[in-house]
Amino acid sequence: MANAKLKVGMYWAASCGGCDVALLDIHEKILDVVAVADLVFWPCAMDFKVHHVEAMPDKHIDVCFISGAVRNSENEHMVKLLRRKSKVLCAFGSCAHIGGIPGLANFWDRQSIFQTVYHASPSTENPKGTVPVERFKVAEGELTLPHLYDTVKTLGQTIDVDYFLPGCPPNPDQIAAVIGVIAAGKAPAKGSVVGASERAMCEECPRKKTELKFKSFKRRHLTHPDPEVCFMEQGIVCVGAATRSGCGWRCIGSNMPCRGCYGPLPSVHDQGAKMLSAIAACIDADTPDDVERILDTMPDPAGTFYRFGLPASMLRRRQRGQDGREAR
Amino acid sequence: MASKIGVYVCHCGMNIAGTVDVPAVIEAAKAMPRVALSKEYKFACSDPGQEMIKQDIKAHGLDAIVVAACSPLMHEKTFRRAVEAAGLNPFLLSIANIREQGSWVTEDPAKATEKAKAIVAGAVFRAARQEPLEMRSVEIHRAALVVGGGIAGIQAALDLADSGIPTTLVERQPSIGGYMAMFDKTFPTLDCSACILTPKMTAVGQHENIKLMAYSEVESVSGFVGNFQVRIRRKAAYVDHTKCNGCGMCMEKCPYKAPSEFDQGLSQRRAIYVPFAQAVPNKPVIDPATCVRFKGKKCKTCIKFCEPGAIDFEQKDSVEEVTVGSIVVATGFQPMDAKKIPQLAYGRHPEVYTALEFERLNNAAGPTQGKILTKDGRVPQSVAILNCTGSRDTNYHEYCSRVCCMYALKYAHLIKEKLHEATVFDFYIDMRCFGKGYEEFYRRLQDEGVRFIRGKAAQVFGGKEYKAIANAAGFIDGLEDHQLVVQAEDSLLGKLIRVPVDMVVLTPAVEARADADEVGRKFLVSRGADGFFLEQHPKLAPVSTTNDGVYIAGACQGPKDIPDSVAQGSAAAGKALGLIARREVEVEGTTASVVDELCSGCKCCLTLCAYNAISFDADRHRSSINEVLCKGCGTCVASCPSSAIKAKHFTDEQIFAEIEGLMSM
Repeated sequence: MANAKLKVGMYWAASCGGCDVALLDIHEKILDVVAVADLVFWPCAMDFKVHHVEAMPDKHIDVCFISGAVRNSENEHMVKLLRRKSKVLCAFGSCAHIGGIPGLANFWDRQSIFQTVYHASPSTENPKGTVPVERFKVAEGELTLPHLYDTVKTLGQTIDVDYFLPGCPPNPDQIAAVIGVIAAGKAPAKGSVVGASERAMCEECPRKKTELKFKSFKRRHLTHPDPEVCFMEQGIVCVGAATRSGCGWRCIGSNMPCRGCYGPLPSVHDQGAKMLSAIAACIDADTPDDVERILDTMPDPAGTFYRFGLPASMLRRRQRGQDGREAR
Repeated sequence: MASKIGVYVCHCGMNIAGTVDVPAVIEAAKAMPRVALSKEYKFACSDPGQEMIKQDIKAHGLDAIVVAACSPLMHEKTFRRAVEAAGLNPFLLSIANIREQGSWVTEDPAKATEKAKAIVAGAVFRAARQEPLEMRSVEIHRAALVVGGGIAGIQAALDLADSGIPTTLVERQPSIGGYMAMFDKTFPTLDCSACILTPKMTAVGQHENIKLMAYSEVESVSGFVGNFQVRIRRKAAYVDHTKCNGCGMCMEKCPYKAPSEFDQGLSQRRAIYVPFAQAVPNKPVIDPATCVRFKGKKCKTCIKFCEPGAIDFEQKDSVEEVTVGSIVVATGFQPMDAKKIPQLAYGRHPEVYTALEFERLNNAAGPTQGKILTKDGRVPQSVAILNCTGSRDTNYHEYCSRVCCMYALKYAHLIKEKLHEATVFDFYIDMRCFGKGYEEFYRRLQDEGVRFIRGKAAQVFGGKEYKAIANAAGFIDGLEDHQLVVQAEDSLLGKLIRVPVDMVVLTPAVEARADADEVGRKFLVSRGADGFFLEQHPKLAPVSTTNDGVYIAGACQGPKDIPDSVAQGSAAAGKALGLIARREVEVEGTTASVVDELCSGCKCCLTLCAYNAISFDADRHRSSINEVLCKGCGTCVASCPSSAIKAKHFTDEQIFAEIEGLMSM
């Protein structure tokens, strides 16, 4: 590996493309990357086709980064294909790592999502009730679409993953460092989370914190938080205490609370549950009624605490009814 | 990790084996990971049962033990001792509760057997990951708290104080004495209630070891056996009791009145009052709901007449904190609201009385100076006492209130004694006269000519009301409008009877206090289905609770008469005393500790610890736990968002392994 250039691939499954932009955001360091690496597959940035990958011998790609969760048949097909073609496969970003924003779909299912998107949402104008179909015949032949799954999975729940690089998106400095480490052949133990710290955000957070106690929750966009003081102390939910650091506290530095994209800490099984327990510990209530009243001021607790990690959490998804339909 | 686990499945006679297929559980256990041997035994807790486990540990080199038997509350200690005697650390034992959580609650034998296998698997998975721990000893604070100043609490406080233990007695009302202070006589001996109670009340007031906090309530309890921190709120009395000399001028002169709670609303008290003449402490309080100064008016009567200048309208509630080694909860009962049974006419007809109202009516210090008179001043010619008002009735309380039969007999006797001509009817289901001298008292009352009618009263009509339906129900000669008609089925005669009377006395059920749930939560004492506090064992630990160091006494545990309440008060005091006399108590070494490499210094844990065991090193930006102070409650463990705090014996690894085991079957 020392002489030959590293063959690098980058692919996106169920993702927004932000991770690809983050890779470009390493700016001139991309030249360092190109100096040591050949980009053999990166459909977002260059013109590659699936048959190019299919044509590769197995283990042809030295390092393949995959962003995005797995939520349809195309995602699944491609990540399995890339696994076969890659020596080292690294989950890139929150969606691949723990499910990410697409993972919130696990609070619903395929049918209810279609219902909302194609029929019920206030902005939908669909008098004919048109919905996507997976196969459609036209004069030129048959058009196909991938099958959307009920449940969003992480990359690690679908294929064998060597490393996990968290973040929505990962911090560019961390990306460069990780590529450097792998290129230098100093890869960490298989299954490691790379490009992140082993401690929570509070370790790095520069804000002042005296005592964590609050009597109501405030929404960020309805307040002007003091940029020097811990968000939680100001009654704004910040999930930094249950989130790995390593991002360079970009949100907190912009006066936005941590939303948890770097995922749970090494010995934590369920990031959302952990943050919920920690928050519960900080509620300043004297009576059970008080507790209820304070908790009622929290909007969307499920979405807040499982914003990035629902598919990887112990919850995985909302429970279904016995007939396989969504439990209400 | 343990690799040679011994599994023992107990039959518990037929308690487990009657439902669970024990051999099938044994076979399933043999296939579980790291299980070296799996055996059954009829009574594992017996000496030979324990001996078998000891022998096996030595002979087979077992390094963890699972006993599938009853609740760990019953025999965990027994088996820990056995395991320890064989040279194994006692914390390498894991109990699989297949009795209380299995055979006793699962009727279908197939399901009970599957459940037992799953519970055993959970324990096996857990046992493999358990680690040796040491017991720790904690010093016991030499002081006690008694909550509730009724007869049970008074007795407990006196017993503790007489033994030299500094005791705090907290009572919600302005005076101690409870319900017993309201009674005229006590059954079956007919002692004057006040005559036997007030010496004890005075003794409490004067005892050098008792700190009496009347008009106060326990706000919160934290801590652990031997070291409870209790916050007590003393309500503002608006009278400085250190200055008040108890002369009573203020009460005489106060122009504003309210119904007397002590007299059940049958008389009036002033806005500044003591509940009754022999109150302890005999110092008045001002009721802000009645006093007009709290409604913005400028009355100064009490201030003017108070010679020592004790009236203080600026007084605020104050909170005191005491540290005690043990706690006796004796918070008593409440009588059921008789209005909940509308067919008995209470609240609709003036001559229908509750038992407590009749107690006051009959009391020499009561509103009529002990004369039994109707509200319009007539001497009743006939009185009906209706037993089981809301007791032994599936619509209200299924249980027997235990005291009503006997005080009904007492009332019958007192009516006969005072009004020789009056006819007394006692409507009963069964006469339950179980105590010492009780049956003899019943026999005596039969001789006194009380008319006992075996039949529960179904309905009480007002005279006028009855006349309106008499066409259908049958005319009663000479029935007057102010009278009442009691309708019942006389089950000895086998026919419906309607008895006209001048007065009806109900016997409302003894029930758990309305705030028993809140009180139970404060002291971590659970409640039974009937609402009363639950003892640790109904037969063998009647005053202990599952919260070590907290004992219960009197009617808060269930309906009780005075002798039983006193006995329980003494029993609870004895248990509390026994605990304090040990000076130190062994507690499990299940403390928590911070894994330094995982702590991010988020401070979520800091405000939680009730024992001040967590400190924060600002320079290092880390939390740490002082294990000497840690009681192992686990609160910080649950709160730590980094999972940096580990609880020994309850690690995430152990808990998840147990869940994995449960799910594996």
